[in-house]
Amino acid sequence: MPETIPADSVGLVKPRVLRFDQPLRLSSGSVLPSYELVYETYGELNNNKSNAILICHALSSNHHVAGYHSMEDRKPGWWENVVGPGKVIDTNKFFVACCNNLGGCFGSTGPASINPATGKPYGPDFPIITVRDWVESQARLADALGIDKWAAVAGGSLGGMQVLQWAVDYPERLAHAIIIAAAPKLTAQNIAFNEVARQSIRTDPDFHDGRYYEHGTEPRRGLRIARMLGHITYLSDDIMREKFGRDLRNGKIDFDYDVEFQVESYLRYQADSFVGKFDANTYLLMTKALDYFDPAEKTGGDLTAAFKSARTNFFVVSFTSDWRFAPERSREIVKALHDNDLNVSYAEIKSTQGHDAFLMKIPYYLDIFKAYMERIERYAENNSGKGR
Amino acid sequence: MTSDTNNTLRPDLAIIADWIRPTSRVLDLGCGDGTLMAYLAREKNVSGYGIEIDDQYIAPCIRAGVNVIQMDLDKGLAEFDDNSFDYVVLSLTLQATRYPDKLLTEMLRVGTEGIVTFPNFGHWSARIQLALLGKMPVSRTLPNEWYDTPNIHLCTIKDFERLCRDLRFTILERHAVDHAHKTSLGLRLLPNLLGEIALYRFRRTSGGKGT
Repeated sequence: MPETIPADSVGLVKPRVLRFDQPLRLSSGSVLPSYELVYETYGELNNNKSNAILICHALSSNHHVAGYHSMEDRKPGWWENVVGPGKVIDTNKFFVACCNNLGGCFGSTGPASINPATGKPYGPDFPIITVRDWVESQARLADALGIDKWAAVAGGSLGGMQVLQWAVDYPERLAHAIIIAAAPKLTAQNIAFNEVARQSIRTDPDFHDGRYYEHGTEPRRGLRIARMLGHITYLSDDIMREKFGRDLRNGKIDFDYDVEFQVESYLRYQADSFVGKFDANTYLLMTKALDYFDPAEKTGGDLTAAFKSARTNFFVVSFTSDWRFAPERSREIVKALHDNDLNVSYAEIKSTQGHDAFLMKIPYYLDIFKAYMERIERYAENNSGKGR
Repeated sequence: MTSDTNNTLRPDLAIIADWIRPTSRVLDLGCGDGTLMAYLAREKNVSGYGIEIDDQYIAPCIRAGVNVIQMDLDKGLAEFDDNSFDYVVLSLTLQATRYPDKLLTEMLRVGTEGIVTFPNFGHWSARIQLALLGKMPVSRTLPNEWYDTPNIHLCTIKDFERLCRDLRFTILERHAVDHAHKTSLGLRLLPNLLGEIALYRFRRTSGGKGT
């Protein structure tokens, strides 16, 4: 709980909800007749709307990027290290927006929402949403906010994949693309981890084929294991050694199956704080969106060809200890971009934190990110409509 | 403003910049803070990328509006396609690379022309320090002690030209300059003795594809 709001925080913020009644045709062929998106914004939109930044969130996060919902909040938004007044994404200069992705469980229409056709929660009937569908829904959010062109679209991990898709689908609607700790598509190993997570949820007796809402249950055990597995892939071997080593919670081995090693305690804590906050069907959906993501699907797997019509300036960042989406994966993106003579800068950040590094306060990371944001500040100013 | 920036460009970079045609595509290997690429973009409408591994130079490049890619030249240029640049520049970096011959070959795979500058180890002061004083040379252009230097592949003008011959490169232009990066009649007559920095522009010998 913040006793006082730090000066470099956007402070107390309120999510808003937009309803969309124009049907959304999805990649799967299904149609969502109507849906709601919950979103937050920080900072002021300038006259020409040239200073708008869209942030896309990762697998388990949401629209609450920065600030606090109340003075009782234990933690600020998930990218508080990056977004705020005077910070890397400076809310004194930019208008920042982020929505909870469709299929999410933080207020946007998702599997736990009521299906108007049945009057019951969608559950497994909620269509699988792809990254392309998210981009489409975010483009409609942009329309609703009156933003023709984002100064930048930014995101880490699955968020970075949405940014890539933006550059492919709407090249004229973003000036800059910021892609952090992402990959051009998942590897078999990535998909394998996702499948274990899904199996753990789907085989939980409380899952009831996804209709657990109607049974008043929740596949907590499955979701816990999925989350523990996820956390292992978010950290590196090095940071786990550094954080936990083989430290024992009680200082001695007890020869039983309770929590003994600190790393067990950490994983259980992460799992416990996840269930109750996150919907298992949304978890399934998000992992599928990851598995299906492939911006080169229309170009026969040729990523270079996929960016043929891109006009955006790109900033790509990876972290040395990230084995989930390793630097080599970002380099594939960079190659496809420079093959097309596109403006791209790429930085590889030395870090021990693993995939989660994109959320951390790493001085070199924040420094180069800020340097790139200054370029976007100039873009926003030059197109602000002042002095024209 | 143009003459201002011209004057502030380091003389060896100014020679390189003179060699590069307007609107061409350039890959600058070991681009440092991006001075050359920023200058070429501004004055000659050149496009392309700088490659740099050192963390301290990435933010300055980004601030200068240079497309910078942080990567290790010793791992090669495999991600760049054949003939994708008009020029590939390697400025005062050759001597610090692990495989200079392979990198030079890569440069002319990726680009039509190569531009290389390096500290000339054949300079008289280096010769004297080695021959008369019996010690590894330390100078303004090579300030590091032998045990603590990034410069692991030093060569002389003669050495470099022999390697170019072996690789079937045609040298198109050569300059040798002193520590102030200026040239003179003496430098033109005795480059390997008087030149502190050597600058070369070269391409594949037509008909031969460099082995």
